[in-house]
Amino acid sequence: MMQKITIERVTRIEGHARVNIYLDEDGSVADAQVSVTQVRGFEKFVEGRPFYEMPSLTARTCGICPTSHLIAAGKACDQILSVRIPPTAIALRRIMNLGQIIQSHALNFFYLSAPDLLLGMDAPVEKRNIFGLAQKDRQIVQDGIRLRQFGQQVIERLAGKRIHPAWVVPGGVNAPLAPEARETILAEIPEMLGIIRRTLDWYKPGLNQYQEFIRTFANFPSLFLGLVGKDGQLEHYHGRIRIVTPRGSILEDNLDPHDYMNYIGEAVEPWSYLKSPYFKPMGYPDGMYRVGPLARLNIATETGTPLADQELAEFHCLDKGAVLSSFHYHYARLIEILYSIEMIEQLLNDPDILSKNVRATAGVNSLEGVGVSEAPRGTLFHHYKVNEEGLVQWANLIIASGNNNLAMNKGALQVARYYVKADRLQEGMLNRVEAVIRAFDPCLACSTHAVGQMPLVITLHAPDGKVLDTLSRQA
Amino acid sequence: MNSNPVVRSFTIDGIQVSAAEGETILEVARQNDIEIPTLCNLEGISSTGQCRLCMVEVKGTNRLIPSCATVAEEGMEIVTSNERIDKYRRMIVELLFAERNHICAVCVANGHCDLQAMAQKLGVTHIEFDYLHPSFQVDASHPKYEVDHNRCILCGRCVRVCDEIEGAHTRDFRNRGINTLVITDFATPWGESQTCTSCGKCVHVCPTGALAEKGKSVAEMQKRRQFLPYLVMRREGAK
Repeated sequence: MMQKITIERVTRIEGHARVNIYLDEDGSVADAQVSVTQVRGFEKFVEGRPFYEMPSLTARTCGICPTSHLIAAGKACDQILSVRIPPTAIALRRIMNLGQIIQSHALNFFYLSAPDLLLGMDAPVEKRNIFGLAQKDRQIVQDGIRLRQFGQQVIERLAGKRIHPAWVVPGGVNAPLAPEARETILAEIPEMLGIIRRTLDWYKPGLNQYQEFIRTFANFPSLFLGLVGKDGQLEHYHGRIRIVTPRGSILEDNLDPHDYMNYIGEAVEPWSYLKSPYFKPMGYPDGMYRVGPLARLNIATETGTPLADQELAEFHCLDKGAVLSSFHYHYARLIEILYSIEMIEQLLNDPDILSKNVRATAGVNSLEGVGVSEAPRGTLFHHYKVNEEGLVQWANLIIASGNNNLAMNKGALQVARYYVKADRLQEGMLNRVEAVIRAFDPCLACSTHAVGQMPLVITLHAPDGKVLDTLSRQA
Repeated sequence: MNSNPVVRSFTIDGIQVSAAEGETILEVARQNDIEIPTLCNLEGISSTGQCRLCMVEVKGTNRLIPSCATVAEEGMEIVTSNERIDKYRRMIVELLFAERNHICAVCVANGHCDLQAMAQKLGVTHIEFDYLHPSFQVDASHPKYEVDHNRCILCGRCVRVCDEIEGAHTRDFRNRGINTLVITDFATPWGESQTCTSCGKCVHVCPTGALAEKGKSVAEMQKRRQFLPYLVMRREGAK
């Protein structure tokens, strides 16, 4: 009979989750499970809806990364129209996606994870949040807020509003870029580059102090999956799927994202509403792969922007093969922010970006569409089947965070084995279990919880079910 | 036109007004810039008093009357807004929201919807009734337009404009109560209708996102009703 420790709820993540840690008779950790505790039902309730509602409907999956869903849904709908959308529309969607990556990465790094990194995992919970951080280092918090604001404003200046804009439509976008919006964004680029350079300059030399976390935070061999451009460069919008082994060699390349069902399976576990995607040829659960910033930098040969390319070269030196520690998701996020700022500048400097030709129109010309893009947290799949009238008959969504489910579970187990001892329950050790989940930045539902508002209850059960110990912090 | 006009004098909210014979309270109120909320009423098509939002009080009776369907009479004292009336109006709008699915955020008519605007105007901040949300299939069989009964408030504007302006009478009501549906012909899919001229008037008089042009994404369906007074003027001129 096992003992069980439950961390409920995991805080400073996006969504609801519970961690169960199972202890064997001698009190050492036998297993750990990250349970995602809510079901949303999007795939079901979109049935019967006109496909051109799908970008906005699926964007409601999330309040942090709605634009990622707009992009993937827009691409799936483009396929239903069977049109080549205007190049300017693609460039504008790209800029929006990059704005999204900046704001989401800034949210995770500065608001959610930096309190652990700067204040320490054992700092009192009432201090270990962005307000505590502001007391310790005002500049870092200001930088984080400014970066996130910039990312959000890029979205707003393109799409009219920051959250849930209806700008991405099947066939392109519904309004061209205003010249003044372009100038405003371009004028802010130098400031943003300054902020991210300052952050990297502060973060990188400090990496030494995190060696223990680097070693123990979901640091294990796994595949890495994501989109790359046609020359293997970092890519967030189009591209083909590349899969890289833990040694850093390319296992699969040039896979057509539209055929994802041929090589990605989705396993279901009874203890979580989140499915566990895996690489089919290697079976379940051995086909575990990671996605997101860490994976994208592991699979990319180059970024295609000068400053980020220098950083990528340094990043690739962290490990002999692929960079395996999930702690380095944080580092990867900073490099992706740098890349996104540079790439937004490149795209905005193209004179065609102001073209008024931003939307192709057509009826239903294909009964199926697959849209795949890179969301902040990883590869996002939208797959719809419609009838001749354009009403959705079936939908399958693999949300970016879901791809990391197996790795997140394994990471939680690794950290729990290292830190959790059954003879004592200390908040600090469970904080580390939460922190490893935070490193993946899972976006488990549609909302961000206010900092420090979620109650955390950990219960230690004896083999006979008797409660031996309880740790709790209330909202 | 009436060759022997008889003027009726009465008051609306204490303001002395006058009506020609046959004019409704609502018409006179509008002539005098007194606003009475409506959803089913639309200038140019007949009034049916379906939405009940234009209910007003008349001194001497406790019963509320629909101002769009009540002809003004000499000496009436009309009250268009007070605590009781405002409460009922909010309740009517709440009931509309509670019955079918009017999730504005993902509606094609978001930002261009009469129901949404009315709710904002009346200060509807909560729905105090349980949502019913019966599930109706979207009919997207027409090449240009679609009907989403889940967004329909059964105001009948589409039925009347099709009958009275276009002259096709393609649309009408079927069933009763919560199962009431606006149908085309004998409940055939819209795309198979023998009588529909595909003129699109119904789409543009529809107050919500129930009738929309195909291919319009969320918040893109703007209704254009400028044609209606012009068509009415032409029709009146032909008589």
